[in-house]
Amino acid sequence: MTGEAAVTTREVEARFWQRLHEWIVTVDHKRLGVMYVLYALLFLLIGGSEALLIRLQLVAPHNTLLAPQTFNRLFTLHGTTMVFFVGMPLIFGFANYLVPLMIGARDMAFPRLNAFSFWMSAFAGLLLYFSFLGAEGLYGAGSAPDVGWFAYAPLTSRAFSRGHSTDYWILSIFLSGVGSIGTAVNIITTVLSRRCPGMTLGKLPLLCWFYVVDSVLVLVGVPPLAAAQLMLLADRFLGAHFFDTQAGGSAVLWQHFFWIFGHPEVYILMIPGWAFASEIIPVFSRKAIFGYPVLVGAVIAIGFVSLSVWAHHMFAVGMSMTANTFFMVATLLVGIPTGIKIFNWIGTMWGGKIRLATPMLFCIAFIGQFLIAGLTGIMLAAVPFNWQLTDSTFVVAHFHFMLVGSLLFTVFAAFYYWFPKVTGRMLDEKLGKLHFWLFLVGFHLTFTVMHIPGLLGMPRRIYTYEPGRGWETLNLVITIGAFFQAAGVACFLVNLVRSLHKGKLAGPDPWDAWTLEWSTSSPPPEYNFAVVPTVRSRRPLWDLKHPEDPDWVYE
Amino acid sequence: MGDAPANIFAAVSAPASRTSELSLFVLAVTGAIFFVVFGLTIVAVVRFRRRDTDDGREPPQVYGSNQLETAWTVVPVLIVLVLALTTARVIQSIQGVTRPANAIDVIVIGHQWWWELRYPGLGIVTANELHVPVSDPLAPTPTWLTLLSADVAHSFWVPRLAGKTDLIPNRVNHMWIAPTAPGVYVGQCAEYCGTQHAKMLLRVYVHPRDEFERWAQAQRQGDPQVPSELDAVVAGRRVFESNACINCHSVAGTVGNGRYGPDLTHLMSRATLAAGAAPLSPETLRAWIRDPNGIKPGAHMPAMKLTEQQIDQLVQFLLTLH
Repeated sequence: MTGEAAVTTREVEARFWQRLHEWIVTVDHKRLGVMYVLYALLFLLIGGSEALLIRLQLVAPHNTLLAPQTFNRLFTLHGTTMVFFVGMPLIFGFANYLVPLMIGARDMAFPRLNAFSFWMSAFAGLLLYFSFLGAEGLYGAGSAPDVGWFAYAPLTSRAFSRGHSTDYWILSIFLSGVGSIGTAVNIITTVLSRRCPGMTLGKLPLLCWFYVVDSVLVLVGVPPLAAAQLMLLADRFLGAHFFDTQAGGSAVLWQHFFWIFGHPEVYILMIPGWAFASEIIPVFSRKAIFGYPVLVGAVIAIGFVSLSVWAHHMFAVGMSMTANTFFMVATLLVGIPTGIKIFNWIGTMWGGKIRLATPMLFCIAFIGQFLIAGLTGIMLAAVPFNWQLTDSTFVVAHFHFMLVGSLLFTVFAAFYYWFPKVTGRMLDEKLGKLHFWLFLVGFHLTFTVMHIPGLLGMPRRIYTYEPGRGWETLNLVITIGAFFQAAGVACFLVNLVRSLHKGKLAGPDPWDAWTLEWSTSSPPPEYNFAVVPTVRSRRPLWDLKHPEDPDWVYE
Repeated sequence: MGDAPANIFAAVSAPASRTSELSLFVLAVTGAIFFVVFGLTIVAVVRFRRRDTDDGREPPQVYGSNQLETAWTVVPVLIVLVLALTTARVIQSIQGVTRPANAIDVIVIGHQWWWELRYPGLGIVTANELHVPVSDPLAPTPTWLTLLSADVAHSFWVPRLAGKTDLIPNRVNHMWIAPTAPGVYVGQCAEYCGTQHAKMLLRVYVHPRDEFERWAQAQRQGDPQVPSELDAVVAGRRVFESNACINCHSVAGTVGNGRYGPDLTHLMSRATLAAGAAPLSPETLRAWIRDPNGIKPGAHMPAMKLTEQQIDQLVQFLLTLH
């Protein structure tokens, strides 16, 4: 009896190690995609907890919950984590999983590069948090980096940032950039060379188009950041003086380098959100996407323009009138293709039969919030207005409308939409709606309200503030909102775990959708498609379901 | 919101008031866009949601419309054109102004975490509390700020007077203000500059012209009138001069000529201590000298390990610095 049990335990253990081994050595795009997303979720919890601590500290003036330096570390880690170790792995995870399936391919073009990129990003994230151990141990001079996520020189020089926390920050971002570049090359190559027969570029699913533009931006935007990190490292260790103002270096140079990366980065994070919306809105409106070629053109236009707007982050550094005016005009131009996209999504819904399932709820909220983010972006582009708004909580509210209100909302939509494909089971609709409403209310309590203290003179990144400036009540509400959002995320996580085993079986095509990933089983087999599909239009499954009225007649 | 002393829309100075007008215009335009587009979204969702009575058939498929695409491209182009021209004019009206001959010059030097203020034309050096004259719109006497930094990047922001301009090491920036109403206006550093970025507060006192002249006259007087008969004051001065205080602080008429910390020659003419971290009083002075980190954790001033008697004497001396 005991012998039998021992054998069983050993068997279970062996199976566990075998499965773990399979996941670690895998080059399968679907498994890598899932790992990217799980990894991002882990960091979402870490970065989210940091945000909650930040908000608790700011709940009342002169609060002493956190020491100033602790607070400064928290917002540095929160920003760095959310951009590099939540946003990037999330978008690359979805790309990895979806792009080959949507173009009828069996894997990415370079499966081993794919695995390499994932592990580089994964280790980069660990390196950032290893700072808590390593930096402290070596110098006793500070644990985690506290220079802010854009780490303005010369605060990062050895004179002002002793110890090694800033070095861990530099190295982790540099490494994550290596991973991002690898994945970007992979996505572009895959889309260009692995499309199934019949899928011309004009019939490419919008998601894939958007990801190609996104990857090009990664290739243009990330290398300058990597270069800047190396320069900073040279400043800190080799006595170089790129950003060392005490030896004639330029603090503004760092800002240019950082934002030449940083502004495209905003679009790198946001374009996949538009991609998800452009796939989900049509399916739940039961209509083809409105103005496909215009949407492709708009996203390419945004890609181009986004490379010439970086200095709108720097209107207060004292640039010339000419430079200020140029970057103001360039930034306003972004509004045109952005408006076009919003109108096309509304055009898609118009005349449809809208199913208000959870993915669609998140997409509708996204449209409203993305609209607001765009409009506050216009305010920030109006240079004199910017001089008041920049570095205040207004700008924090603005970019959280982009990264949470727009990107995270569409990512949640994407979870509810593609979870059945990945696991074979549906996410629970009731919990999904609870998640949606809690998160929506929390989001607006926090970030809609957060615009106002900025207008009343409250700078960002302050660990405490003076009473009597009209900021107290607003900050209290903002903090309450943060906990609503946390409750929403908790619903989401419970939903993920429960539905994994107890969810309704999905079948291959639970949403009655039109792109190729829904033509294979859920979850798809390792080879994706038993027979490589052939397509004649942008919606191959529509053609299949409506042989009397196929798309290719009209396209 | 009415009692918010740093409201950007309650402008009392030319750059801020021009900015405020532009801001309201931009808000009006973007607000109108919001209502139209958000309204359309709501109408679409409400009107075209699937009803319970739905027949299960797919709606008519529409793939796009060139007329519509043209319309919603051209209209935004026109809006962008209007916004760009309006904004360019206001940029010009703020940044394109040349320094008038009668402007007051002030050099503002950002330090971790306080403001050094120097009036080269008037021979005044002070800290954290900027005093300027009111500027009559008919005969403007604006204050011209030259912005420098001694260490890392900071940003000068007093919302009711003007938007921000950064103070960046190894770089010279300029901004100007022309306040039209006397009063005290608050602001603070707006570029993250390290541990105590939050307690790098700013006050700007705007005086009627004659009051400003009197303030300047008082600040200009060279040596403070030290009534050296008082033993405690003499002893306090000795504590100041025989400790490391003088490495960082200047007091005219003593051996102290350091520039790392604020000039203390007219310390008692200021209302606050440590860049606004505490109101200035004998008690806060004592607490500050005993342990600066107790009031402003991370501040660069060390606790000098003075005895309580020495602290008393030093405070007696500092209280004479009017």
